Amino acid sequence: MSDTPSPLFEFLLRQGDSALVLGHRTSEWCGLAPAIEEDIALANIALDLIGQAKLWLEYAGEEEGAGRTANDLAFLRDAYDFRNLLMLELPNEDFGRTIMRHFFYDAFEVPWLEALSASSDERVSHIAQKAAKEAIYHLERSEDAVIALGDGTEESNQRMQKALNDLWPFAGEVFRDDDIDRAMHDGAIAPLPSSLQSVWKMRVQSALQRAYLTLPDSEFAHSGGRVGFRHTEHLGHMLATMQFLQRAYPGATW
Amino acid sequence: MQSPVTKDQIWDWLDAVPDPEIPVISVVDLGVVRDVSVSEEGVEVTITPTYTGCPAMSVIAFDIETALAQKGIEKITLKTQIAPAWTTDWLSKKGRARLEDYGIAPPQVAGGPERCPQCKSTNVERISQFGSTPCKAQWRCQSCLEPFDYFKCI
Repeated sequence: MSDTPSPLFEFLLRQGDSALVLGHRTSEWCGLAPAIEEDIALANIALDLIGQAKLWLEYAGEEEGAGRTANDLAFLRDAYDFRNLLMLELPNEDFGRTIMRHFFYDAFEVPWLEALSASSDERVSHIAQKAAKEAIYHLERSEDAVIALGDGTEESNQRMQKALNDLWPFAGEVFRDDDIDRAMHDGAIAPLPSSLQSVWKMRVQSALQRAYLTLPDSEFAHSGGRVGFRHTEHLGHMLATMQFLQRAYPGATW
Repeated sequence: MQSPVTKDQIWDWLDAVPDPEIPVISVVDLGVVRDVSVSEEGVEVTITPTYTGCPAMSVIAFDIETALAQKGIEKITLKTQIAPAWTTDWLSKKGRARLEDYGIAPPQVAGGPERCPQCKSTNVERISQFGSTPCKAQWRCQSCLEPFDYFKCI
């Protein structure tokens, strides 16, 4: 066994991996979105997320001190080494699910990154300040889209309700504090994720109400993604596509 | 020995380096160049990305190096910084005017374009929050019916 990685390294992987996995899933819409404006919007959002992932993973690699770059961490780790939220690795399937997932994620990211902007760790603070600007813009769009589709046609409403029902059991994972979160909190690097749950829920409830969608009556939350205990069967398939080039042609560059 | 070059001279040269995606404005107009320092070790230029994933950044870095090398600068160091985060407040006045002439409405604090860059009508509507590059959104003029790019305000 190698030395136990530092809590900061784990924290940075969680930040980077969630952005990377959602960024990759979002990029899968490129050329397939229901309208050209959506296609462009999703491609832009994917780009922002992958850009954020690069900043977090670069820092993670330096913190680890083993000489791994952001690219090494992104393309040369297997599923069990990823620390992303489970919700983000689920296949896109319906467009409604993509929009709902972005809304859940953005509604957390905005207060989270704003809090991280005040981190005692200067680099975490700098990355968060940069990423927060992008996240605010993403949230504005995903929230509007959830409301527009929920309050749209009978079919769009039904599909958004299905997306909500499917994703709800994954939405709570981010708020389950563990030892890494407590270490970050003790070092004033990050707040406890659970401390943002009520802010998140208020924003989500208010939007869902305006979207004529019904919040499922369950607090159950799948977990394991961000702690690295268990991923869904979907992550490995996603990585097989995402990492193909570096696996087949190690060290290939543009 | 190369003759000593001043900071102002470097800034002037950089102001002639076009943004690769919006070539009517320079990388200085865009606010991407944050600092220039000249020492015996050479020239150091500090740049900041507009968006974290902006694909133009590597091209911008390459163009800056090439432009300075063509002016005879032998030792060029490029430094990237992300804080303070880039803001559209850093767009130069000249840059804003050139954007509009080019057909891109410059950013407004109000969150949308002031007027159509073509016919100057204020009767405009948003098509999409995102556009052809990370820094733009798509709008449409309801008077002349032309769609146009709006430089997002962040």
